[in-house]
Amino acid sequence: MTAATFLQLDFPAGLTAVLACSLCAMLGNFLVLRRQTLVGDAISHAVLPGIVLAFLLSGTRATGPMLLGAMAAGGIAAILIETVRRLGRIEAGASMGVVFTLMFALGVVLLEQGAARGVDLDADCVLYGQLEDVLWLAPAGWSALLDPAALADLPRELLTLAALNLGIGLLIAAFWSPLKLTCFDPALATAMGLPAGVIQYGLVLALALAAVASFEAVGSILVVAMLACPAATARLLTDRYDRQFWLSLGLGAGCGALGYALAGPLPLLLGLGWSLNAAGMIASLSGLMLGLAVLLAPRYGMLARRRGHPA
Amino acid sequence: MVIWHSHAAAWVQGATALTPPHTVPVTALAPPLAVRGLSVAYHQKPVLWSVDFTAPARGLVAVVGPNGAGKSTFIKACLGLVPLLSGEVTVFGAPLSRRRREVGYVPQRGSVDWDFPVSALEVVAMGRYGRIGLLGRIGRADRDAALACLDKVGMADYAGRQIGQLSGGQQQRVFLARALAQEARLYFMDEPFAGVDAATEQAILDVLQDLDRQGRSVICVHHDLQTVAQRFQHVLLLNVEKIADGPVSDMLTPSLLRRTYGGAALDGPVPADAALVPLRSAE
Repeated sequence: MTAATFLQLDFPAGLTAVLACSLCAMLGNFLVLRRQTLVGDAISHAVLPGIVLAFLLSGTRATGPMLLGAMAAGGIAAILIETVRRLGRIEAGASMGVVFTLMFALGVVLLEQGAARGVDLDADCVLYGQLEDVLWLAPAGWSALLDPAALADLPRELLTLAALNLGIGLLIAAFWSPLKLTCFDPALATAMGLPAGVIQYGLVLALALAAVASFEAVGSILVVAMLACPAATARLLTDRYDRQFWLSLGLGAGCGALGYALAGPLPLLLGLGWSLNAAGMIASLSGLMLGLAVLLAPRYGMLARRRGHPA
Repeated sequence: MVIWHSHAAAWVQGATALTPPHTVPVTALAPPLAVRGLSVAYHQKPVLWSVDFTAPARGLVAVVGPNGAGKSTFIKACLGLVPLLSGEVTVFGAPLSRRRREVGYVPQRGSVDWDFPVSALEVVAMGRYGRIGLLGRIGRADRDAALACLDKVGMADYAGRQIGQLSGGQQQRVFLARALAQEARLYFMDEPFAGVDAATEQAILDVLQDLDRQGRSVICVHHDLQTVAQRFQHVLLLNVEKIADGPVSDMLTPSLLRRTYGGAALDGPVPADAALVPLRSAE
């Protein structure tokens, strides 16, 4: 493999995978700490009909219209969840489960109908993503990494994800303390006059953004896995809030890089005649990582607990 | 706000007389808490109905009533945590929104997730968040203040411990230390004595007494009428509506307690010394 082919194929795809993973892992922390992982699941599924409709109406895959569609779908989902919860007198989790599967199903039906009419958006792409299609055609060698003209030609998915990583990362850093308090004790935050509600909605908005930006490249399955697994793994490995954050970020990005390498480039390098879906490989790897942590984590792992409390 | 702080600090040191007259706000004589016509309903069921209450300038206030009487809701309504059907709340003569920093809160221990990855010291430092603001950082001074508050409740040795590794009583003391770190003038406490050990009960009572001595107000939901009789100066009897409020000696009478708790709560005729019979909740 030459530098040029690496920069054209594996570099953009691998980096996109890593960026999608780090973005979801960052946000996943706040879901895991609130014990609301299902919310991430719900949002990433519920936005699908909005994205599809926006695409059908606007005819482009630009981020703007898709995001508007996703926001609208997210808003409708929130209203539906609350309505089902009240009318059915059931808990929020059950209501969420009903609403997001319904909306996801609606999204898939819309997709299939659109696809039947020759629209360029298909269900496989939404579920598993199309990392392999994230290409950077400009580079001829390593010098392209420093060439503004070539850099301007970087794939749109990659640039969007990079900008979101930076923006959401900065927001998290800026509101570090209030975020911690609203996750731990929202009532006290409100009593102090901190805008706990605004922070909560901001988080949901960031989740919707992350879901939309990651969709095309890595698909909804990876989004769900990455919102939950790195943060949950980190939670088993540390009792400190700041370490939890950095650890999940590292684990998420690491899973993205390793999973991508294991899916395609590595088997190719070893001369094996097969390759796997990268998003699927990354998601499986993150699940495996969580499984190992459940078993082996120093304090909260099953083995450590068994040793601590002999039956 | 600056005027307020100089005044508050002077008050704490008991040196109000030394404060130049122009720094004393006109609200100096306003009651710590004044509630008018407070009504709250959940799902169209009234939980609090038209409650009027004015907290005395000095003395510990106990909020007493049976389960489901709306005691917690009363505190949450005063703090703006639940939507009001009607009524208004003023704190030191101003709407709550202008007095957030003057108000401290000890929620029920069960209201948070104790598995959260933070240490006791970090939780206490959260009491400073209202002061440092939305974009602030916890500095050395805040950390020192938090540590001093942990020390006041006898928990300095546990500063670095993850909060899930603490006993229930120790967790309650951490919550109390966090409220102390708020350096408020009016404290709301929601059942701080629920399910705690004897050492913690004593530690909390000592802190309450200290706060009272410093001229800070405490409004505390509490179940044990015996400690109410011994340690609190004022009582608000609540059962959805306000039954009565006043000095503790006037409130813990058989007839008022029967009206508060209803016939079912007390078996048979209430003994003359009902005030000294501990009435613990079923929890």
